[in-house]
Amino acid sequence: MNKIIATLVQDNLDEILVNWKELMKEDSEERFFQIMSQSVIDNTSREFAELMVSNLLEGENKYENRLNIFTSKVVRFGWSISFVMKAINHFANIVYELLETEKIIVDENIKEYNTILTNWITPMRDGIVDTYAKTWERTVQLQKIALQELSASLIPVFDKISVMPLVGTIDTERAKLIMENLLEGVVKHRAEVVIIDITGVPVVDTMVAHHIIQAADAVRLVGAKCMLVGIRPEIAQTIVTLGINLKDFTTTSTLQRGVEQALAWTNRQIVEVEGN
Amino acid sequence: MSYRSSVEILTEWDIVAARQLGRNEAKEVGFGTVDQARITTAISELARNIYLYAGKGKIEIERISEGGKYGITIIASDEGPGIPDVRKVMEDGFSTSGGLGAGMPGVKRLMDTFKIDTVVGEGTVIKATKWIR
Ligand SMILES: Nc1ncnc2c1ncn2[C@@H]1O[C@H](COP(=O)(O)OP(=O)(O)OP(=O)(O)O)[C@@H](O)[C@H]1O
Ligand SMILES: [Mg+2]
Repeated sequence: MNKIIATLVQDNLDEILVNWKELMKEDSEERFFQIMSQSVIDNTSREFAELMVSNLLEGENKYENRLNIFTSKVVRFGWSISFVMKAINHFANIVYELLETEKIIVDENIKEYNTILTNWITPMRDGIVDTYAKTWERTVQLQKIALQELSASLIPVFDKISVMPLVGTIDTERAKLIMENLLEGVVKHRAEVVIIDITGVPVVDTMVAHHIIQAADAVRLVGAKCMLVGIRPEIAQTIVTLGINLKDFTTTSTLQRGVEQALAWTNRQIVEVEGN
Repeated sequence: MSYRSSVEILTEWDIVAARQLGRNEAKEVGFGTVDQARITTAISELARNIYLYAGKGKIEIERISEGGKYGITIIASDEGPGIPDVRKVMEDGFSTSGGLGAGMPGVKRLMDTFKIDTVVGEGTVIKATKWIR
């Protein structure tokens, strides 16, 4: 019976695909059909159909392998999981209807065929959900690492002057890292002035402020001065309203002004030289 | 009619989700950049308090309107330990966690109205509203 279904699908593949694409277009707002070229749509659809058929014919292992390859491809296309689920459902429905019109499914064997179809579709759905879940987990993992890599390194910009640009959300874990890198960097670069740039920090709440204050205190303890730059106007207002005291801080609006100030503290300045 | 959306607070990253929601809502309701920052920061404070002191809870954002005025209410609720001395926690600098103790009084100043209902052993509900001026 599996073979009968597979042969039927293979023999009528073109027609099935046309119907399937029609259904998918009607049913989804997926951008896939709008942004992909016709040839990509055709190829992917065919690949999708072949995968559906291969499950009916081939042994377990080979199928799993192909399912993995297929789903990872689909994931990279940016298909949503609901789109893929719809694709499977529509495909199965079209095949079912075809089996009916071809009078392959009749009253006597309808139960058997239903079982076959269920056994055909269910593992496919499970497999897809599984692959998606794994892909998501991996993505989250990678993003965590990416975020950690974003975390704050102290950059020596001039002799005795280092800058730490902070970008993104600061959670407890990152705050710890910032502190470590800051102190390590001050010692390593023999920094006398450290400029912390918070231009890229979206929200400065009490917790972030607290961490920055602690970091600055620690920097002072190892004998360097600390400056806070990149405070956007709306952030400045919120900090004041929160009642956070930054009076012990030298603050300037831009990194550029901060660097000028830092040079002044270390008895230097930038001068323009006359061109020739 | 009011429109409400919410974020469950379970992990530190839910705090980020809550304030993202708040920022988007504030923007859509029509708040300016400074008020957006105020609302986002207030949410951040309340969400972090839930995370730190109650373990879990919920931040809800409600769009409100009254007599042609528009605004946003933040509702922070948890079933944590509750707050024994509300007057104390509203003082600047009071903290049981070694923090700055600026969160609660700060939120009160960041928003227009601030209401706190808390029962020791049962939990805390904080409602804070900001209107577009
Ligand atoms: N939802 C809550 N449930 C129980 N206790 C709370 C809750 N929110 C705040 N508290 C108590 O109120 C105190 C003051 O809170 P507040 O946010 O003002 O300062 P903080 O969290 O200690 O420090 P920070 O300045 O970083 O916010 C907290 O230390 C805590 O003991
Ligand atoms: Mg707090």
